[in-house]
Amino acid sequence: MKILVAIKQVPVRDSPLRVNAAGNWIAEDDLSFEINEPDAYALEEALQLKEKHSGEVIAICAGPARAQQTIREALAKGADRAIHIETGNLAAFDTLGIAKLLAAEAGSESPDLILTGLQSDDLGYGQTGVVLAELMGLPHSTIIMQVEVKGSAIRVKRELEDGWFQHISMPLPAVLTIQSGINKLRYATLMGIKKAKTKEIRRVSAAAPAEPTVRIEKIYAPQKAKQAQIFSGDPKTAAAALVEKLKFEARVL
Amino acid sequence: MKVLAILEHNAGRLHRMSWECLAAVQQLASEAEAALVGSSIAELAREAAAKQAARVWAVEHPLLENYTADGYTAALEQLLRKTTPDLVLLPHTYQTRDFAPKLATRFGRALISDAIAAGPESGSVTFVRQFFQGKLSGDVRAAGPGPHFASLQAGAWRTDALAAGSATIERFAPQLDAAQIRQTPEAPFREAERAVDLTAAELIVSVGRGIGEKDRIPVVEDLAKALGAELAASRPICDAGWLPMERQVGSSGQTVSPKLYLAVGISGAIQHLVGMKGSKTIVAINKDANAPIFEVADYGIVGDLFEVVPALAAEIRKVKS
Repeated sequence: MKILVAIKQVPVRDSPLRVNAAGNWIAEDDLSFEINEPDAYALEEALQLKEKHSGEVIAICAGPARAQQTIREALAKGADRAIHIETGNLAAFDTLGIAKLLAAEAGSESPDLILTGLQSDDLGYGQTGVVLAELMGLPHSTIIMQVEVKGSAIRVKRELEDGWFQHISMPLPAVLTIQSGINKLRYATLMGIKKAKTKEIRRVSAAAPAEPTVRIEKIYAPQKAKQAQIFSGDPKTAAAALVEKLKFEARVL
Repeated sequence: MKVLAILEHNAGRLHRMSWECLAAVQQLASEAEAALVGSSIAELAREAAAKQAARVWAVEHPLLENYTADGYTAALEQLLRKTTPDLVLLPHTYQTRDFAPKLATRFGRALISDAIAAGPESGSVTFVRQFFQGKLSGDVRAAGPGPHFASLQAGAWRTDALAAGSATIERFAPQLDAAQIRQTPEAPFREAERAVDLTAAELIVSVGRGIGEKDRIPVVEDLAKALGAELAASRPICDAGWLPMERQVGSSGQTVSPKLYLAVGISGAIQHLVGMKGSKTIVAINKDANAPIFEVADYGIVGDLFEVVPALAAEIRKVKS
């Protein structure tokens, strides 16, 4: 079974974020980056499916040169090889543009299954996998918590709202977007890290971006719905002040 | 501007977010329309048509009885080619997330997903949405000719502004073929009866990623005990198996509105906020003063939870004794 996993590199969780000079994205110079968390679960699912059904796992990533570190980490965890679609200007593409870059490379691999995280932690549009499926003419399902391979088809468990689930079957090849928590993430082993250095990363230059259909005009700190009363001082003083408010102002104690 | 709302329904009822979506359409459109997709939906169409709109489209076909991404996309593509709206709005539900990006792609557009407000300028298709899990907001503009597509976050538009009226109901029968629909859905199910009903709790103490390790959960558990509160968690805690899934609050877990919701080490990603922002009083304890949880909190302490939480438990025991 040939499985393609689309991964994205995003700023490390809890990074301090500053708006850039143009006011339309964050300043990236001082940030560290890591794999988008839902994509880490998609990668893990691909590795587990390969262990069960044999085959090959290929990581695919669109991003600048720094994304290579995240790609190496995917190889260290067990991906067999990788495709890096290099672009210094990821922000010039909308989700449709990114999916087109991925579709062009994914198509030439003819995978049986394509997995990706259900959304990215930075943009959070939650569309890339679905758009990729549409561009490639493949069936898809989203927010997946379990994957069973049944010959030339799959049966997946899709998460619905409020604790409901649903099983859905579809023929392969197909595209799935994976929900965080579907499996337990593995760490790369020392052997894996060593092996990763010799694994192939095929680099291709991204096609020039088309005129985006959706554009971020401006990024800014969110407006607060409420003005929270913040208690400062040492923990004991702050806790006592909070308890006072909970008892006499909010009247919940 | 001609704006169309795609309304969602489950088990014979319109989804509450459908009404929010229709309220947004009434606000933004000079010509408002709504569409419902299904197999026998005359009753639901009548319910929707009691609101102010030019018309309600009942998109009906036996193959649309159960939701599938392929079926809905094919049917709605045909409707949109006929009605040519400038803008299509959908509630940002799990179902919309499954098919709306596919539908937008059919028209060479990207969906503006999870929008929280329209604007800032009228006359253009611009929406405000959150980035970095709510840490930043941004104005996103759709360029070029319509139809444009946007999905709306739960609770972002209010239904109290929804105007009553009497819309014309028009039936639309799409051309569908069973071979086009590749997904075969089974009946929805719940894993097990919930042993813990958080929705009934008056006081909730909830723990998030900030706790760091499973072994440290008892620190927060002790605060819950001091308060006489139910213990809950954000999704990552349940994903890691540190607390059972039935204690999860958020879009994929339970939606709660207790008298007091005390969030410990929870940054406040939108998936969590939608599950608890209706709480009467919200308290946040977090080391990051810029965490989005403080935007919905009434009271907060910025600091190390391992110092603050035991101190708070001690103070609560003091006033309660």
